Amino acid sequence: MSVNPVSEEDVETDMARQKFQKEILLLAFRAGKLLLANGAEIFRVEDTVYRICRAYGLQSVRAFVLSSALFLTAGNETEPQFAEVWQIPVNAANLTRVAELNELSRHIELTHCSPEEIRAELDRIENMPDFPLWLQVLAGGVCGAAFSCMFEGDPADFACAFVIGLLFELYFTRIGQPHFSRIVRNILGGALIAALSILFCHSGLGHHLQSLMTGGIVLMVPGVAFTNGIRDLADGDYLSGEIRLLDALIVFFCIAIGVGSVMALYGWFTGGAPL
Amino acid sequence: MTWIVQTAAAAFGTLGFAVMFGAPMKHYAYCGAVGAIGWLVYLILEPHTSMASATFLAAIVVILLSRWFAVRRRCPVTIFLISGIIPLVPGTGIYWAAYYTVTGQLSLATEWGFQSVKIAVAIVLGIVFVFELPQKVFSSGKPVEGLPNGQTGQRWKTAANRKTTRSHERRRKDALH
Repeated sequence: MSVNPVSEEDVETDMARQKFQKEILLLAFRAGKLLLANGAEIFRVEDTVYRICRAYGLQSVRAFVLSSALFLTAGNETEPQFAEVWQIPVNAANLTRVAELNELSRHIELTHCSPEEIRAELDRIENMPDFPLWLQVLAGGVCGAAFSCMFEGDPADFACAFVIGLLFELYFTRIGQPHFSRIVRNILGGALIAALSILFCHSGLGHHLQSLMTGGIVLMVPGVAFTNGIRDLADGDYLSGEIRLLDALIVFFCIAIGVGSVMALYGWFTGGAPL
Repeated sequence: MTWIVQTAAAAFGTLGFAVMFGAPMKHYAYCGAVGAIGWLVYLILEPHTSMASATFLAAIVVILLSRWFAVRRRCPVTIFLISGIIPLVPGTGIYWAAYYTVTGQLSLATEWGFQSVKIAVAIVLGIVFVFELPQKVFSSGKPVEGLPNGQTGQRWKTAANRKTTRSHERRRKDALH
């Protein structure tokens, strides 16, 4: 007397289903990773992971997202056991990737496309090139110039701040980001900006130290960390918000330390109050 | 005249940040507009109030515009928000705080440091409150007060009726914008 005999066919379809579900979980995890690494808010990461999984009928997924880590588990009677953890240092942003992933998640929900299609799309987004270096450096120059102009700079300051912006961005992308830790590169960045500003003012090329400095400092403002940190806090993701805000706060302090030390050195060498 | 120059500068500055944060190119004009309008509001208000309240109101305008554009152009609000808010972030405050600390004028340093914190808090409050507005306000294409009463009432009623609605469930619904 046999109870519920399981045919081989059943086992086979069951295995195929489990394989499919595992594939979806891996893809969802990858999408979440990409979002988190490129400066998306916590709830957007959670949301995208859940959306992708639910679009294919996976109900048991639980995602725990911090701004520095992503945990994903799944598994119940009908769905395979799955657990994946990934850690990421607090990082720079690429909002194009975030926008594209957002678009992808929308697309998946509407069309329930095949896993192959999702994988191809994720590959494309992951390998999307950053903006070329010259464009980033130019953007730095334009930013510096624009902000010096907004903080009481005259045309001469505008030109100087443009040069400072270019040089700073070049330092940041070429030397700072690849070689130094976050704290060191921000202190050195602040110091570089202060040194250049004082140099320009001292040589008579620039007129207002304040506007040159502000133009440079704004370039270092941790916009992503600050804004996302607040939004995470507002969403009730306290831990992540705290991580990001702490990051922003550390950067602010580092800027102040860098700028302050150079000004103090200058005052010490010239024997008078700095400018 | 200086207003025009400054507003234009704010537009270009915001645009530069959009490039540095790697925002999609098709949204650049809107990023610039958000930054410029925010800064213009700040410039208009700053002579009449304190720096912090002017920043608060300007931040509200920036965030409202960002959410509006995000819905209109179907992309994450982050793109407009992060670059648009930068002009309001207290860069000058940090500079003066460092400057006065180094020159030994500690009371002025504290004053500027405190001023920066106040401005930061103003931005925080702006973000926290404007993000409480339901997504529908923006997708209906009408300003907050212009929304028909029935529409808002409906939304809140349904939200309240669903027992399972937790804050993050609600967020999830709005997340794609």
